[in-house]
Parts: sequence; C-alpha cells; structure tokens
Amino acid sequence: MTTDDDAALGIAAAERRRRFRDRVLFLATWIVLAAAVVLFLGGRLDLSFYGTWGLFILGGALNTILLTVFALAVACAIAVVGALARLSANPVVNGIASFYVSLIRGTPLIVQIFVWAFGLAAQGVVLPLFEAGVIALAVNYGAYMTEVFRAGIQAVPAGQREAALALGMPERLILRRIVLPQAIRIVIPAIGNDFIAMIKDTSLVFAIGIQELVSRANQSGRQESRIMEALLFAALIYWILTFIFSFIQGRLERRMARSDR
Amino acid sequence: MSEPLLSAHGIHKYFGTHHVLRGVDLDVRPHETIMLIGRSGSGKTTFLRCLDFLEEPTLGSVRIGDVEVTADPLAARSRSRRELVRRLRLRAGFVFQDFQLFPHLTVLENCIEAPVRVKGIPRPEAIALAESFLEKVQLAEKRDAYPARLSGGQKQRAAIARALCMGPQVLLFDEPTSALDPELVGEVLRTMEALAHEGATMIVVSHEMAFAREAADRVLFLHEGRVLEEGPPEEVLDHPREEATVRFLRRFHDR
Repeated sequence: MTTDDDAALGIAAAERRRRFRDRVLFLATWIVLAAAVVLFLGGRLDLSFYGTWGLFILGGALNTILLTVFALAVACAIAVVGALARLSANPVVNGIASFYVSLIRGTPLIVQIFVWAFGLAAQGVVLPLFEAGVIALAVNYGAYMTEVFRAGIQAVPAGQREAALALGMPERLILRRIVLPQAIRIVIPAIGNDFIAMIKDTSLVFAIGIQELVSRANQSGRQESRIMEALLFAALIYWILTFIFSFIQGRLERRMARSDR
Repeated sequence: MSEPLLSAHGIHKYFGTHHVLRGVDLDVRPHETIMLIGRSGSGKTTFLRCLDFLEEPTLGSVRIGDVEVTADPLAARSRSRRELVRRLRLRAGFVFQDFQLFPHLTVLENCIEAPVRVKGIPRPEAIALAESFLEKVQLAEKRDAYPARLSGGQKQRAAIARALCMGPQVLLFDEPTSALDPELVGEVLRTMEALAHEGATMIVVSHEMAFAREAADRVLFLHEGRVLEEGPPEEVLDHPREEATVRFLRRFHDR
C-alpha cells in the first residue's frame, strides 16, 4: 500500500468520525432542550391531574385521527377531480373549479366550519356534527390540494403524453397509467405537509362541539383549574402524532423514489 | 411497383404566422427507408411529427395503410376525430430524440403497457413478444431495470423495442441519436440498420450521413419548408444539384 492510499484512508476515517460526532451532538441538543422544558415546567405543574384526566384527553386523539384520515381521503379525491377540471379545455368546467378554489382559499377555515355545521342547519339542512367537520376540512383542503395536484400534473413532461399518444393510447388511459402515477410521486411531499397541517387544523372543529383533543383538554382543564397542564398534554399528543406521520411520509417518499435510482 | 404504404400530400404547417412547412409530399413504399435531412429550422422534425399528428398540419392529408386523416385544425379536438388519429398512430411507431420512456415503469413494463391495454394482447403473450424485441435490440438482460438505470444508448434501444411491440407498419425516428454521447451513437445506429435490412419501413430524421449511405433508399433534403432535392443517397449526398444542398453538406464533408 502506498502512502497516498494511507492518507486517503486516514481522511475517510476522519470524515466518518466527524459525521458520527455531529449526529451525537444533534441528538444531545434535543435531549438537553427536552430536559430543560421538563425541568422548567415540571415543578410548576400538578402531575396528579394527568392521573385523573390523562386517558380522557388521550381518548380525544381518536377523533382527531379519524377526522384527519376521513377528511384527507375525501380531500385527495376532490383534488384529483379539481385538478383535472382546472386543466380542462372546457371553459365552464375550468371556471367551476377555479371559482371553488378561489372561494375556499379566500375565506377562513373556521367560518367554513361554522357554515357547514350551523349555517346550513339554520337553513334547514342539518348535518351531524362529525360529518360537518369532515366535510368542512375536506372541502377546504381539497381546494389547496387541487392546486398542488394541478402543478404536479403539469410537472410531468409533455413528452410523456406524446409518447403515450404515439403508442395509440387513449386520453383516459394516458391519464390513469402514465400521467397520474408520475404526478402523484411529484406531489407526495406536498400532500404529506398537508396531512400534518390537517392533524393540527382538526382542532378547529372543537368550536362546533366535536369531542377531540382540544375540546377534551379545554373541558377537563377548566373543570380542575389546571388549564396549563391540560393544554400542554394536548400539545404533546399533537406533536407525537405529527412526528409519526412525518416518519411515515419519509418512508413513503423513499419507496416512491425507487424507480429514480 | 407496389402501392405506397404511407402517403403524405400537400402538408402545410403554420405556427402562428410562421409558415414552417410549405407543401411537402411524400410516398413511402413498403420496406423503404427514407432519410430526411436539412438544417435546423428546415421543417424536417415538424414534418415527421405531422405524419403522426403529434403536430396537427394546417393543410394536407396523411395516409398510413388503410387509415387516412386530413388536416382540420378546428375539428382536431372532437371525439371522433381523435379516435381516427389514434387509429392512424397505431399504424406508426415513433422514436423520440429524448427517448420518453415511462420512468415509473421497468423496461419490460414500458414495452407491454400499450400492447396489453390498447391492443388487448394477453399479458403472457405481450411479455413473450416484448422479450423477443428486447433480445433483438440486445437489452434482454435489462428487462426489469427502470429507465433511470440505463445509459442513453440503452434507453433509445428500449424505446425502439417499445415502438416495435405495437407492430407498427412504419417507424418514424426523430433525431434518435442527437441526445446521445458520441460513443453511444453507434449501438443505436446499428440497431436501426438491422431493422432497415430486415425490411422495416422507416422514415428517419437525422444528421448521421453514414447511416444514410448504409441504410437509406432515398434521401430528402428539406429547405425552408419544401423538399428541395431527393434521390438515392449517393446521388443527393455526393452529387447534389442544388446550391443549398451543397452548402448544407459541406459541413459534413469537412469532418
């Protein structure tokens, strides 16, 4: 072995040591910050509150997750249809989709939630509260995701469509087999972000009286005059939920990138 | 002499007010290999794309086999017209300069997608067919690779196999080697030469003059949207009659 090889090995080993050290420091920073928060708050919080009410608040997370999953599934369906409508050559279809996106994006989500739950009820259309919450979130996110999907579809190179046309594929087949699979890959990171945002935005439906994390935290915290304990607990659960979904999102992105390697 | 397999008549194409094709005619008999040459902007790629209606001609008509489509830019979006164009395209295979393999499908999946879903060929048969064509372009061992894993030359050979799997009556090549590194050009040209010698009917837009001499039956020189000169390769390439052809070819002879 030449001295050059020795030097190269030495540099590679030093690089590895530095990367390892950086990872340890990164984790240590998190642990120190978490410990600081616990120490600072720990002494001031009444931990016995959690013994009595912890499970009750945690139970609210079930509705939070259900709201998120249902609303996101419906929102994705709306977004695909909306995106195709926005890209349609038919001016009326395009106009309807663009009107929907503009209306929804131009008004606050909380107002939309009240309209679906109370506004419609006042007009004689009474939706069950949970359904009203899901619809409000789905219609709202559907509008934002319509634009995401539209951008994703447009990001698929025009040559892909041409290649499929040249093979004699009809439009619907091109969309389903060639364009959408590539567009979905492109939008997965953005949809993942919407998923995480949706988890937190489900908290707004507490305003129409749906039992979920925030409403349960609020209810128990006020009753026991332990509002800080209750809110921090709810916040922690949101954080853990978003953490889990970020992790799943990362895995999904890596799997979808399979064909790019 | 046999009936032309492909006939294009009076093809005009305007992009806005820019008159790119000014009345191009072409008859291609079965087993003929036609080479279209001309400088950049002469309209050769536009003409090739018009043959497959990837560009809608402004005027003119194209017939391939038993399907004839007449240019009609205003009706191009109607359902019945799109179906007619689709049937025309089923008779032609198109090979793009930048390959346009489907990146989310493996090489084999690229090849069987249209045969299975458009022609309704049973999957096992489509796979056997695709394997035989991949063998022919010497990519059998890459059948399960995704396009991102292939070299440029391999991608273009896969794209040729994909086109062949649809059993086209004529193959259209749009500068198939222009996006390739120089050392990869040869493998694609050899594949195309083999097809020409086996009797495939081909129309090739390219600057590869060696391919023209080796495989082309006729060379057409396009100049400012018209066919300025045409004939056997040794005639057009070695004894051009037109001044513009001479000037165009000088670049290649100097090399």
